[in-house]
Amino acid sequence: MRREAPRSLADYTPLFFPGLMLIVFFVVPFSTMIAVSFFKRNPSGFYTPDFVIDNYARFLSTFFGGVLGFSLMLAVLVAVCCVAIGFPFTYLLTRRPRRVQTLWLVGLLSVLSLSEVIIGFAWSTLFSRTAGITNLLVAIGLMDKPVALLPTFGAVLTGMVYQALPYTILVLYPALVRLDPTLLEAARTLGASPVRAFFNVVAPALRNTIVATLIMVFVFALGSYLLPQILGRPQHWTLSVLITDQAIYQSNMPFAAAMAVFLVLISLALVGMTLLVGRRENAL
Amino acid sequence: MIETWLRRLYFGLVALFLAAPLIVVAGVSVNSRQELTFPPVGFSLAWYAQIFTDPEWRLALIHSVTLAVCSAAIAVAIALPLAWFLWRRIAPWANIFQVLGLAPFILPPVITALGFLSFWATAGLFGQFFTAIISHAIFFVTLPLVTLSLGFASIDRSLVEAAATMGADDRTVLKTVVLPLILPYLVSGYAFAFVLSLNEYIVAYMTIGFTTETLPIKIFNALRYGYTPTMAAVSVFFVAVAALVFGSIARFGDIRRLLGAMSSDGN
Repeated sequence: MRREAPRSLADYTPLFFPGLMLIVFFVVPFSTMIAVSFFKRNPSGFYTPDFVIDNYARFLSTFFGGVLGFSLMLAVLVAVCCVAIGFPFTYLLTRRPRRVQTLWLVGLLSVLSLSEVIIGFAWSTLFSRTAGITNLLVAIGLMDKPVALLPTFGAVLTGMVYQALPYTILVLYPALVRLDPTLLEAARTLGASPVRAFFNVVAPALRNTIVATLIMVFVFALGSYLLPQILGRPQHWTLSVLITDQAIYQSNMPFAAAMAVFLVLISLALVGMTLLVGRRENAL
Repeated sequence: MIETWLRRLYFGLVALFLAAPLIVVAGVSVNSRQELTFPPVGFSLAWYAQIFTDPEWRLALIHSVTLAVCSAAIAVAIALPLAWFLWRRIAPWANIFQVLGLAPFILPPVITALGFLSFWATAGLFGQFFTAIISHAIFFVTLPLVTLSLGFASIDRSLVEAAATMGADDRTVLKTVVLPLILPYLVSGYAFAFVLSLNEYIVAYMTIGFTTETLPIKIFNALRYGYTPTMAAVSVFFVAVAALVFGSIARFGDIRRLLGAMSSDGN
């Protein structure tokens, strides 16, 4: 059966249900959120319809600037760490036998699917005084007594790298597994060591993939909403945490919505950049 | 030789990093007394039993499973006709629905969650259990959509043409040729959505968090009142379910293909 253009209204039938669901339960909620971002806060309930830009004007404070700056810095750091660890790892993984690859993919998917709540709980246990890694260091005589390693910036960063690393590897996997093996063979035949071939041939050939992955992981890390709360101090809170906090605990939906719209704009701009980078790669 | 050892060391370190928190949580979960110590003191599986015997944990488990079973089913019901239409017809503007199906998953989850919160609050349905089911179905529709698109792309069109030449109409082709071929992709799409829905926190919290507890919400609420080995046991339970589901997909299907090892147009 060749692909054909739909001729009659009946040919569109399969689209009705998915189209309806996506419009009613995604486009409408999304638009509602944008509308709410212009509403006025109503301390007794949720909000009252209005048109004010106060919610956006609040962005122009040093506090908000600080949170935004910290969120971006943290997300960049997570993206760089993840790609630095994940890229060579994924490359080596794709050169292993299929069985080994499958085993790793199952493990990575299992970690990736874990709830942020569970990741936060697991790392806060690992970094705690009573059940943490410092007990291990005490046992082998490197430390005098166990200490708590949280709440610290290091704990937040570790937790977020843990959350994003499986994602990074799975984003890189398709590009690396399809990499033309003759490219590497040529480099090896010409006398390059495997390490040299990796840095001088594989990495430059996938320059755009690396940039696209950095952006994807950056957006992914921007979305982390619990780990900074569980593993860090209030000064380590990110934009996502602040949105949740404003929406749930301060019941200031309009301000939360305004911040969310702002976060959408940042994410969309970055995802758009990824698509552009990807297109250039395909054109080559 | 040195390179092999270096690679093993590297893989070992990554494996250790990924497994370390889970090992500690598993260790903590078998403590015999109600405290979190590692290495564990004594050995007891009582905390695992508590997931099923303690009324609050059991209720949370039932909520989570109901939510995951229903929302994954609706997600597949949305994704299947859409993926089928995109494969069968040439309609460039219909790609907008594909973008809509992918968007909830790519955007930061807080945004999708907040969208649902403002929507259900405005509609006056805030806090009802079915709102979480629909929200999760939309949030995770991406997964069956991606696996089903891969599945349709893998179908050899000449098979379908042969069936059509021999007189099968669209419906018969769909039932006897297309559906059996994409069944593995349908099952994996359902499984992905199921596992992620089971683990999902923020959307569930912003839709039904004030009235109902799912397992992740229950764990988060319990975090504030101190840690108990039961939370560790539930976490281990989650890891086990995920490993079991993804392990079965790998066993009965081609997980490398699902994750993009072959390009979607088959070359």
